[in-house]
Amino acid sequence: MQNPFEQFVIHPILSLHIGSYDLSFTQSALCMALAVALTTILMTVSVRSKSLVPGRWQNVAEMLYETVFGLTNDYLHDEGKKYFPFVFTLFMVVLMGNLIGLIPYSFTYTSHIVVTGALALFVFGLATLIGLWKHKLHFFSLFLPKGMPWLIIPLIIPIELISYLSRPISLSVRLCANMMIGHTMLKLIAGFCASLFLLGFGFKLLGLVPFFINTALMGLELMIAFIQAYVFAVLTCIYLKDAVELH
Amino acid sequence: MDPQSAKLIAAGLAAIAVLGPGIGLGVLFGNAVSAIGRNPSASGEIKSTTLFYFALIEALALFALGMAFILKSS
Repeated sequence: MQNPFEQFVIHPILSLHIGSYDLSFTQSALCMALAVALTTILMTVSVRSKSLVPGRWQNVAEMLYETVFGLTNDYLHDEGKKYFPFVFTLFMVVLMGNLIGLIPYSFTYTSHIVVTGALALFVFGLATLIGLWKHKLHFFSLFLPKGMPWLIIPLIIPIELISYLSRPISLSVRLCANMMIGHTMLKLIAGFCASLFLLGFGFKLLGLVPFFINTALMGLELMIAFIQAYVFAVLTCIYLKDAVELH
Repeated sequence: MDPQSAKLIAAGLAAIAVLGPGIGLGVLFGNAVSAIGRNPSASGEIKSTTLFYFALIEALALFALGMAFILKSS
């Protein structure tokens, strides 16, 4: 690996070109398929025994389920059950993407703005459509907080509009940048380690310092992987709440 | 100034932006600790809220760091 950004290059596994379209099965697609398969196996096999005292794997499945169920219940109240499958699917897709990316030599599909941007735009579009469908034109009162003095109304509407439109950008860039920079940092420090080992004897011992830093960073990245998936789910809930309840 | 050195200086300057999130995280964690000190029975909820806002602030620092990395390796 010449450069820490090389890990984000997409390689096709099965080349497939139809007309002018490139429909190759890439390692990114492989990781996504793996994420779907792992999620399905985790959520079906682990709860097969349905024991009252959960075992190890059933505990994991229940904890993930309860985290997201608590979120939808807290933010969307009675409507929460309706949106739970959607939020849980998003949460698992992001979480599995982050966790698969932590395996050495694998690929992090959440580090690509294409993937996170598509997810965020879908959330944004869905929230806007639900708001328009539920409240008709009354939905646009979202851009005018109640109890504003009439003098600052022309100022507040553009600000609210811009902040609403920048939601998909901040949602996707947050996840993508977190994953990309985290993995770049890991590879950069691993590079320090390698180049110190190639120097003389005295530097070989010094090379242990970036090695231990990298080990600690791996733990940090594991935490970030969970927190970012959680943040994605929370913000999805907040956007849906704005659409469903209008403030 | 040749473009390569200008690029390196720009990468160094971009990392200054990490100052802001640093101050933000200091305020966040300081207030979280004092909140736990005032009401230790609510520490579970305070911790999870703190971690959530930690992720929001940390993303800003990563934007700056990402800019520095991209400038350096481009």
